[in-house]
Amino acid sequence: MAAAVLIKNLQKSYGDVQAVKDISFTVEPGEIFGLLGPNGAGKTTTIRCLCTLAKPDQGKIEVGGISAIASPKAVRQRLGYVAQEVAIDKVLTGRELLKLQAALYHLPKSMIGDRIEQLIEVLGLQEYADKKTGTYSGGIRKRLDLAAGLLHQPEVLVLDEPTVGLDIESRMVVWQFLQELRAAGTTVLITSHYLQEIDALADRLAIIDRGVVIAEGTPSELKDKLGGDRVTLRIREFTSEEEADQAKHILESLPFVEEVIINSVQGNSLNLIVKSGQSSLSKIEQSLAEVELPTFSLAQSRPSLDDVYLAATGRTIMDAELAAASTRDLKKEQKQQMK
Amino acid sequence: MSQSISSSKIKSALAPNISISRQNSESSNSLGNFIQETLALTKRLFIQLQRRPSTLVAGVIQPFMWLILFGALFSKAPANLFGNDLSYAKFLAPGLIVFAAFSGALNAGLPVMFDREFGFLNRLLVAPLSSRYSIVAASTIYIIALSFIQTAVIVLASAILGAGLPGIVGISAIALIVFLIVLGVTALSLGLAFALPGHIELIAVIFVTNLPLLFASTALAPLSFMAGWLQVIASLNPLTYAIEPIRYIYGHGDWAINSIVMNTPWFGFSFGAVILVLLAFDALVLLAIQPLLRRRFA
Ligand SMILES: Nc1ncnc2c1ncn2[C@@H]1O[C@H](COP(=O)(O)OP(=O)(O)OP(=O)(O)O)[C@@H](O)[C@H]1O
Ligand SMILES: [Mg+2]
Repeated sequence: MAAAVLIKNLQKSYGDVQAVKDISFTVEPGEIFGLLGPNGAGKTTTIRCLCTLAKPDQGKIEVGGISAIASPKAVRQRLGYVAQEVAIDKVLTGRELLKLQAALYHLPKSMIGDRIEQLIEVLGLQEYADKKTGTYSGGIRKRLDLAAGLLHQPEVLVLDEPTVGLDIESRMVVWQFLQELRAAGTTVLITSHYLQEIDALADRLAIIDRGVVIAEGTPSELKDKLGGDRVTLRIREFTSEEEADQAKHILESLPFVEEVIINSVQGNSLNLIVKSGQSSLSKIEQSLAEVELPTFSLAQSRPSLDDVYLAATGRTIMDAELAAASTRDLKKEQKQQMK
Repeated sequence: MSQSISSSKIKSALAPNISISRQNSESSNSLGNFIQETLALTKRLFIQLQRRPSTLVAGVIQPFMWLILFGALFSKAPANLFGNDLSYAKFLAPGLIVFAAFSGALNAGLPVMFDREFGFLNRLLVAPLSSRYSIVAASTIYIIALSFIQTAVIVLASAILGAGLPGIVGISAIALIVFLIVLGVTALSLGLAFALPGHIELIAVIFVTNLPLLFASTALAPLSFMAGWLQVIASLNPLTYAIEPIRYIYGHGDWAINSIVMNTPWFGFSFGAVILVLLAFDALVLLAIQPLLRRRFA
């Protein structure tokens, strides 16, 4: 069976910005696949190429074995697309928008009414369907957009950062909905810079950074590959540099400790990588007590996807976002996007 | 929790349905698809108009004000200044019919430009449209319908102000001429909406084209009033080729295809010849915008 989505060595530049340098991944039929990366990593650019909104400079894109470059129309019919920014016509009601969408996907006229009714019900839009979309809250707009994307029963639903800007309740509604969608047999490709989201939802994921895939696999594969557990230690609420250095020395000599990093941003707390499966915490506390250093807080956890990202890039997703936020020119990008 | 999504029936509603895509990619009924998508897009424009009628209202009121103001401006002009037995209202009505249609058509690209800027166009571009020309077709149908409404109002208002009412054949000829000028100008505006970077630039183009083309046509004054150089420009201006035949229809009950309806510094044009010029104008514009559309619709 052909992959639901196959992207191979994709490249795309905007002027002299290389938005996507080399991205490859495969989405299997029936799974939820996550594309995780910080702001500006190239997620939206990848999705725009997949949905035939942008022409890749290079690379292969296939949906169910059909090339998006050679047969864009067939690919458009197979994909449902929920954009990062919901674009709805404020003057239309939800139902009118869905009717328009049904005609754009050439649903048989005899089916349209029932199909719209079905989706309004499934997405809980009954009380909103006949109101103008301009009056909708963000969560309701997203749901309408989901309904529109699913109207033609696509094989793959593509969602670009579907929960950005939503309140927690609306976010949960979307998550739950995507799981039901998978249960019904629809393949889901979702991008996010929110790692808990991908961790909770995705069967498999690719982490992308600055236009390149740095890891692909199931969430536990990626975490297991890193090995070890993570320990976060605070000696005091705000630890002095000397004490942190002293503790670092002592802890590094323990046999089960693999690495110790002082996090100066977090009040000189210490991040340790330790061999997994051992009860390291009591031994750490004990060896600190021997040199009369106190323990303010101490916690052990399995590695997170953020640790996967950290190991590959040397920075956390949060750091990457902050860096990206300061260098982007959104006005200029929008202009470019329209070209 | 009313906010949550009902989970009954979900399976059947959410399952992919390959037969829909098969059916469409293999169906030879692409004309049917083109009609379906064009009608739906046109309907959207009319719903917008119905809920936000201000453009139509302004489009009707404006020529009406021109009619009254210009009429008053020239109310003491010497008798027969605008030709034998031609009141200024009668002289002006054809100019305003064409000018109103022209202005409306020139604005046709604005909604498309806003769809581009707000991302709504992406919704259309990710859909498997049988041809993206349905987007152009829908805007054109919409603008032509608006122009006909405007024209009807001006014809009636001018009749009340003393310009007289052409016969049924005359009205049909006027409709044909309005159709031809609107088609070309709408296409031009839509081409610009896809080519220019944003709505600011489009509005700037509309702004610098609109009034100059009005004054460089015979809408407000006959050719014989103009300086030589302006006569040349006005004789090249497509608006003049739409205004003059309508004016002839207003002035002569007994016009025919071969009546000379327009005199330029070089030759006279018959009614039939003027229609050919307008057709050529449309053909030229439609050819010229092809590369602009193809760049985006490829
Ligand atoms: N239209 C454009 N013109 C110029 N540069 C662009 C354009 N679109 C994206 N870029 C640049 O390409 C890079 C990738 O952008 P992209 O929008 O694909 O990232 P993203 O992962 O979707 O980010 P976000 O999480 O903020 O949506 C960024 O550096 C961005 O500045
Ligand atoms: Mg994005």
